[in-house]
Amino acid sequence: MAGPSLLDSLFQRSLDDLIKGLRLYVGDETSFISKAVDEIRREIKSTDQQTKATALQKLTYLHSIHGVDMSWAAFHAIELSSSQSFNFKRIAYLAASLSFDPSTTDVILLLTHQLRKDLQSPNSHEVSLALHALYFISTPDLARDLTPEVFTLLNSNKGSTRKKAIAIILRLFGLYPDAVRVCFKRLVENLENSDPAIVSAVVGVFCELACKEPKSYLPLAPEFYKILADSRNNWLLIKVLKIFVKLAPLEPRLGKRLVEPICDHLKRTGAKSLAFECVRTIVSSFSEYESAVRLAVGKIKEFLNDDDPNLKYLGLQALTVVAPKHLWAVMENKDFVIRSLSDADANIKLEALQLVLAMVSEDNVVDICKVLINYALKSDPEFCNEILGCILLTCSRNVYEIIMDFDWYVSLLGEMSRIPHCQKGEEIENQLVDIGMRVKDARPELVRVGRDLLIDPALLGNPFVHRILSAAAWVSGEYVRFSKNPSEILEALLQPRTSLLPSSIKAVYIQSAFKVLTFYLHYSISTKGVIPSASQGVADLMHGSVEENSQFVKTGHTDDGGLNPRMLHRPVRDVSVESFEDMSVAHEWLSSTSSKVEPITEESIVNILNLVETTLGPLAGSHEVEILERSRNVLGLVELIREELPGYLVKREEDNDKGQRKTHEMIKLIAEAFSEELGPVSASSQERVPMPEGMVLNQSLDDLDAICGGLVLHIPTSFSLGRSISSEKDDVTMSDRQNKEEFESTESTSLLAEHRKRHGLYYLQSQKKEIVYDDYPPANDLKTGENADDEADDLIKLTEQSLFPKKKANQAKPRPVVVKLDEGDGSFIPAKKVESKDDLISGAVRDVLLGDEATTSSSRMKSDKSSSKRRQKDKLNIDKSSGPKEDSKSMENSEQENALRRSRRHSRGKEKKHISTPKDRDEHEVGDKQKVSHHHGKHKSRQRADGALTLAAQSPVIPDFLL
Amino acid sequence: MIKAVMVINTLGKPRLSKFYEFQPAEKQQELIRHVYAVLSNRPDNVSNFVRSLGTIFGPDTRLVYKHYATLYFVFLFDNSENELAMLDLIQVFVETLDKCFRSVCELDVVFNYSKMHTILDEIVLGGQVLETDSVEVMRAVEEISKLESSTSAGTLIKKSIPSWWAR
Repeated sequence: MAGPSLLDSLFQRSLDDLIKGLRLYVGDETSFISKAVDEIRREIKSTDQQTKATALQKLTYLHSIHGVDMSWAAFHAIELSSSQSFNFKRIAYLAASLSFDPSTTDVILLLTHQLRKDLQSPNSHEVSLALHALYFISTPDLARDLTPEVFTLLNSNKGSTRKKAIAIILRLFGLYPDAVRVCFKRLVENLENSDPAIVSAVVGVFCELACKEPKSYLPLAPEFYKILADSRNNWLLIKVLKIFVKLAPLEPRLGKRLVEPICDHLKRTGAKSLAFECVRTIVSSFSEYESAVRLAVGKIKEFLNDDDPNLKYLGLQALTVVAPKHLWAVMENKDFVIRSLSDADANIKLEALQLVLAMVSEDNVVDICKVLINYALKSDPEFCNEILGCILLTCSRNVYEIIMDFDWYVSLLGEMSRIPHCQKGEEIENQLVDIGMRVKDARPELVRVGRDLLIDPALLGNPFVHRILSAAAWVSGEYVRFSKNPSEILEALLQPRTSLLPSSIKAVYIQSAFKVLTFYLHYSISTKGVIPSASQGVADLMHGSVEENSQFVKTGHTDDGGLNPRMLHRPVRDVSVESFEDMSVAHEWLSSTSSKVEPITEESIVNILNLVETTLGPLAGSHEVEILERSRNVLGLVELIREELPGYLVKREEDNDKGQRKTHEMIKLIAEAFSEELGPVSASSQERVPMPEGMVLNQSLDDLDAICGGLVLHIPTSFSLGRSISSEKDDVTMSDRQNKEEFESTESTSLLAEHRKRHGLYYLQSQKKEIVYDDYPPANDLKTGENADDEADDLIKLTEQSLFPKKKANQAKPRPVVVKLDEGDGSFIPAKKVESKDDLISGAVRDVLLGDEATTSSSRMKSDKSSSKRRQKDKLNIDKSSGPKEDSKSMENSEQENALRRSRRHSRGKEKKHISTPKDRDEHEVGDKQKVSHHHGKHKSRQRADGALTLAAQSPVIPDFLL
Repeated sequence: MIKAVMVINTLGKPRLSKFYEFQPAEKQQELIRHVYAVLSNRPDNVSNFVRSLGTIFGPDTRLVYKHYATLYFVFLFDNSENELAMLDLIQVFVETLDKCFRSVCELDVVFNYSKMHTILDEIVLGGQVLETDSVEVMRAVEEISKLESSTSAGTLIKKSIPSWWAR
């Protein structure tokens, strides 16, 4: 072995050589690295420490910079750590800390002894190496075994070592909660140290601990308060402030005491970091102290006017925190915020956006949205979508709380869809459908916006808009009775470019086309002066055919494909009544508008039917089951009508023979099924459906195999069926290709011409917006000054109001009714579960702070008997080791006791004021324990002191020497 | 606490990385690449904070960086640290490097890999800031390098003299 090892060491490349080689190497780095690793694999086995160390150093470098795996070298690092040479030891520990994975590297345990030795080393730098390594690689076992050594170091007389030990203690607590019992007291003692660096380290540890579970550290508030009042060290003060932010919500009386020193620091300090921390503390935790907030906002203003973008950003951030409670602070800086929307810095822009939206209220939402949309048009795609997302979120908050004018909002949604970078299709889709279901008064506008979107063939080419189009199609189908021209919508739904849509949305289109077609036909029947007979049909429905109606409702459900479940659970009678209302509304509307719309002739019906057939014919063979089924439904209806078509409208009045009536009846029934109201459904409504009796949901379905066994045989037939379908489809596509071409040439040009004529070119964005805006008056005007239809609407509204009594009343301007669900739409947020480990730590901390070490649960005692034994042993060791200091320690103890007694007197004085049975009980318990405990005198006295602490801590207030 | 410290050059090559929670090597590389991708897209003269780091880090992880010549110095931390204080800490770190290497440049950082770790370790231990005075850091680092050179000289002698001779 000596030969190769000597050769290796003579010609070994150093780390510098490796780095140089890497830098000079042209071409693929990985091949060079893998060669180097092969070399290292050889060298690292060497018995010569120098060679091994260099190899390990190179490997560590490659691991950390180039991501080379070095888990295989773990043992070599451990070997080298026992070296006498500081240099090699350092290399070994560095390798360990950078590459060991505490959860999988199993050789870590082999380091225990070496670490212990190094922790006890007189050389503080060696101790430091060991502490660093311990932080990175410690496992629960390692933490348990080395806790005594670290505990000793907590009292080291070298400041640098002591603070490092303090910093490491956090990791030990996390891995081995019992370490708290051993070390906590000494940690707290270090808070009193004269060296600010050490105090800073301790406060840092408490800051981390308090983040996880602040409650346990409330008793230490006096110490922290002292630091806050006396210290001038910015780092220290920042950390203390962080701790108080966590403690303040737990103890309301803290605020009164803390505000003053914090304000003093804020006035005094020149350090921006401390000033910002003070500001953040005040605005987040003490926002009820007006003067402090004013001071903080003044400071924020300074930050905003600074040239440093960092301060600007943080200032805005602080404003965001302050906004919910003190909106005036934002208003004061409104100009700055608006200007920041066009800042070069993305951070500042985002923060400003949040603030702008914080200012939104019912009165200014229209103006603010206008401003924001303008910014969105000007900015880059990312920020544009950020703006759109924020607008959508803000406006829809609490079921559109701030929206007064839904017509405006709906047209805003339409406008957003046309912004070129818009990628918020899904959200806009949800809101369009949601508004349709919740706000009855917005439906006419919704249909209008939906029509504008559908009719624009250019939009079909943009995949981001598809979801919006889906909503537009659904809305136009569902609320087609508000449409000015149903045939136009039908054409739009069937336009050739819909082939660009994904199949799920295409299915929505077809279903909507079905609804529109039904409405159209129904309308054609009823406008031919047959209103009496139509209402007679409705009356029939009221009397006799309730069952039939419910049947249709059900088929309506299945057709709907789950996009928006109808209200199944509503009683049938309700349904019929409401559909009756709807019907009459529709009829009245029809009668009132029929004069405006061109009369429907038989020819136009034929045209429509042809259009439907030519478009949907090819889809009847689609592979997508949704498309296939829906298009077949429509085609079925078309076929039905076609049979009756000759004289469909003309003969209507004279001839009352059964066949014709049957068709009409059918259309009426379908139309009624579709015109039934859809409401919003709570996400949790499924859970509230009672389970039918005798239904076992978790029944094993194994038996099905036996039953289905017979069915499997049929597979071959289904095969042949499939083939027949495909061949059929081939034929269809062959014949339809021609049809399609014809259709395209005629229809698309007509559509495009139509679209251009009424729409202007949508590419001329800014102009178009105004057109959209001015075209139709807002709904409220419509309602006040128009026709009978609105009275009916009012009626519905009235009934709605009685149904939903909890909505806001007494608004100056009538706000449309927004249907809300009983238990709110907010999703249920499960209570956050506290991590068990943190629980353990805080439990231990409480135990230590409250001093009832004796009450450690027997189960834990049992479970780590060995560890507790060891602990006792350790304690003995410690006592021995700290022998010379014993006297001073006991002095300290008695001092502490005095202080605590004082506090006890205070709290006793307090007891008179408020009842405190739990406290008394505690006292009894402590007393009992003291009787039981077999400790010698010193322990007893400590325990008594701890008992006093129990009182101080377990009562829900802070010891009086603070307050 | 501080979650990670990175030094990345403007071409995306890592020069130093230290993660205060264990991360496997591939993950480390991924994080470095991600951070670089974020930083390289930021223009100069904007704020030094990055808030939205995606899901790779925890939700409340923040990033502070400073751009010196060809290097980005990056600190990742959670909300128990102050942003401006972290910015100062980067300053302290760089100042210390500057003193150690007498006007530091990227090459110094490249070739003094382990010294970089020594310096950083004196400032930050286990995610906690321990020393913010570059003079103190310098003193400790110098002591350590003295210790290193003395012991490595010792080993050199040992290596050249056969063990029976040394006895």
